[in-house]
Amino acid sequence: MSATHADPHRLGHGARSLGGGIPSKRIVVGYGFWIFLLSDIIMFSAFFASYAVLSNATAGGPSGKQLFDLTNVGIETMCLLLSSFTCGLAGIGARKESNLMFQASMAATFVLGAVFLALEIREFAGLVAQGAGPARSAFLTAFFTLVGCHGLHVTAGLMWLLTMMAQVFAKGYRPDILRRVMCFSLFWHALDIIWVALFSVVYLIGVSQ
Amino acid sequence: MLGKLSWAAVPFDQPIPMAASAVVACVMFGVLAWVVLKGHLPYLWNEWITSVDHKRIGVMYCLLAMVMLLRGFTDAIMMRSQQALAFHSPGYLPPEHYDQIFSAHGTLMIFFVAMPFIIGLMNFVVPLQLGIRDVAFPTLNSVGFWLTASGALLVNISLVVGEFSRATWLPYPPLSELAYSPGVGVDYYCWAIQISGVGTLLSGVNLVTTVLKMHAPGMTYLRMPMFCWTTLAANLLIVAAFPILTATLAMLLLDRYLGFHFFTNEAGGNMMMFVNLIWAWGHPEVYILILPAFGIYSEVISTFSGKPLFGYRSMVIATMAICILAFMVWLHHFFTMGAGADVNAFFGIMTTIIAVPTGVKIFNWLFTMFAGRVVFSTALLWSLGFMVTFVVGGMTGVLLAVPPADFVLHNSLFLVAHFHNVLIGGMLFGCFAGYTYWFPKAFGFRLHEGLGKAAFWCWTIGFYVAFMPLYVLGLEGMTRRMQHYDVPEWRPWVLLAAVGAVIIMAGIILQITQLVVSIRHREELRDDTGDPWNGRSLEWATASPPPAFNFAVLPTISSEEAYWDLKQRAIQQSLLSPEPSYDDVEMPRNSPTGFICAFFATMMGFALIWHIWWLVGVAFVGAFATFVVFAWRDHDEYVIPVETVARIDRANRAARTKVLSRMRAAR
Repeated sequence: MSATHADPHRLGHGARSLGGGIPSKRIVVGYGFWIFLLSDIIMFSAFFASYAVLSNATAGGPSGKQLFDLTNVGIETMCLLLSSFTCGLAGIGARKESNLMFQASMAATFVLGAVFLALEIREFAGLVAQGAGPARSAFLTAFFTLVGCHGLHVTAGLMWLLTMMAQVFAKGYRPDILRRVMCFSLFWHALDIIWVALFSVVYLIGVSQ
Repeated sequence: MLGKLSWAAVPFDQPIPMAASAVVACVMFGVLAWVVLKGHLPYLWNEWITSVDHKRIGVMYCLLAMVMLLRGFTDAIMMRSQQALAFHSPGYLPPEHYDQIFSAHGTLMIFFVAMPFIIGLMNFVVPLQLGIRDVAFPTLNSVGFWLTASGALLVNISLVVGEFSRATWLPYPPLSELAYSPGVGVDYYCWAIQISGVGTLLSGVNLVTTVLKMHAPGMTYLRMPMFCWTTLAANLLIVAAFPILTATLAMLLLDRYLGFHFFTNEAGGNMMMFVNLIWAWGHPEVYILILPAFGIYSEVISTFSGKPLFGYRSMVIATMAICILAFMVWLHHFFTMGAGADVNAFFGIMTTIIAVPTGVKIFNWLFTMFAGRVVFSTALLWSLGFMVTFVVGGMTGVLLAVPPADFVLHNSLFLVAHFHNVLIGGMLFGCFAGYTYWFPKAFGFRLHEGLGKAAFWCWTIGFYVAFMPLYVLGLEGMTRRMQHYDVPEWRPWVLLAAVGAVIIMAGIILQITQLVVSIRHREELRDDTGDPWNGRSLEWATASPPPAFNFAVLPTISSEEAYWDLKQRAIQQSLLSPEPSYDDVEMPRNSPTGFICAFFATMMGFALIWHIWWLVGVAFVGAFATFVVFAWRDHDEYVIPVETVARIDRANRAARTKVLSRMRAAR
């Protein structure tokens, strides 16, 4: 009996499964990592929601309009978007097994990420210095947490990036290492997507209010 | 150097926690000494602690759950006896201790009994049912388990070092804020749940990927056993809900550690946001627990009725419907917030709607049994007990879903009775059914039926005696979490509830006895065939216990009841299917990553609770180094040679051929 009989609408994608069995590790790992990224995005959505609830709770303190410097944030955004591009180049380099392309692109990604992080830390330090730290009001609490959570992700990403550079340097382009490079670039791009949402919801809307 | 930690943290002046922890310490050291002296340590390390085999990890999850059940039940019986004594009297538990006990009871039962039990069963069974050799990410699976154990350890450390939370199992602010809970109790709660929550999330990612991507050839989605579907639904909920819990507790921790204002009274904080966020996780959590139990009942009822599951596709639809609806009802936990009639009406209606797919399931199980040859085994008894009890609990749930009624019953013992009714009668009975049903698969021998049935009756009767009075008490206005009271009308019902708890205790003692007796008489209870219940799904095609690789050759599936059809064909032809051509099998190598990582996680959690910042740094570096070492290894698989595979599989085939010839002779 063929698959199409028991499953007339092929809801279970019968024919394909019958042929293949278990998909390649690359597909399984990529799929699993996507699921993880979705869960990470849900965690961010909780922080976004709390920011939305608390964004007007300034408790007599400064609002986003008074605090945000769009130039600084613009540079941050450019760094992060460019780093996604270089991260893509690193992916191509890994697939081509070109050491120069991979390592140079990864290094560029690291520098751009580090610049982003430095700018963010400078922004945070400036806010704290002018008495607008996270303990000042619920609005600032939510702001620091949401943006800081993204910053922590970038920090983790940078640590991962260095580990991947070292690993490729030491072990070459083994299939399992290539899978990790793929996961890393998924992670890095996801951080970019979250930043775009963050830039719009926090900074653009914050300045216009 | 040691942050807030000092000798003052150990409650030398309180006899109850000191005695309890002395007993626990004695038992632990006794077991450890026995393991070391008998020379079992290498076996334990190589075969269990570092194992990445989904079956071993599943067993360890269940074991953790059962041990924690004892701890959680001890809390329960302390609460019942306190309330039995505390009529016009302070009882024997002072308020600050009583508050810790009900907080620990809820925390343990949900996070360290219900969750590990259900995740353990899913881990053990799902790859076998799907006809595959392991889950998608075996090492991650081990990490997930050990992180869960790490959380459980932290909760239990709080018994001796410091205190546990007094802010209930869901630490509502502002009570849980630093101003009102200055001790380390809430921190213990938060870090234990954060660590085990990461473990749960990892296992959720793992099982979603496994069910959606890893199948034996021909095992299409609509041929998966019902338990795999409910596993999928529950793990999708884990992936979608647990990050919310992590975020919410992170916010609370930031409030407590760094003076943030998420949920505080001042500076614009919004404590109702905590309640919304925590229930946006908390309600899906209810279905994370109950859906896999529904899957277990489906398997058990179908097997012991000798019939395919009635309305398989409607069951799939009902499961996925519940999966989605789970996210649309969270506000019914706090109708009294004052969101207004429209909002409350919406959530009230959504809540009652969930009763529809659940009702579909109940009827499907009834029709599965209808005209079947029902074998009243222990596992089936648990399922029957569930069907009756869960319907009662579901009805009271629908009652509570009506906002005006909820305004009257909110925070009363009626609510406590309701959720124990669905959690014990629904989820825990399901775990016990699954435990009885899959025990022979895991260990190669069945559990003693007589003692199992006796335990079932004690649990069921004990449950009704313990919790039906709480419905009455709730209607009479008794609120939950009372340390003492002086209303004479409540007294008889409170005493009756205490009697119920004692009957449940008898059930637990019987279950322990059952385990001991079954181990002693394992030769008589031996399952030689690998198919002790005349099962229908693929796990019964393997030997009991299954070999490390589960299936010598991945089976090819051509119908909904993969193993049943295979079996029927063999019985008709009086012949097994021809021997497959064997091949080497590659299996993932064991790894201590999970254990070491959990070691550092426990260290980090403890250091964070007591503000020992240098130790936090050490633990972080240790955990990161563990992952790098893991990532650096060169061989992540080992090969089981074809001869071994063939030898093991031929033994399984020989056992089944013997059964076939016995059947032929009988005919």
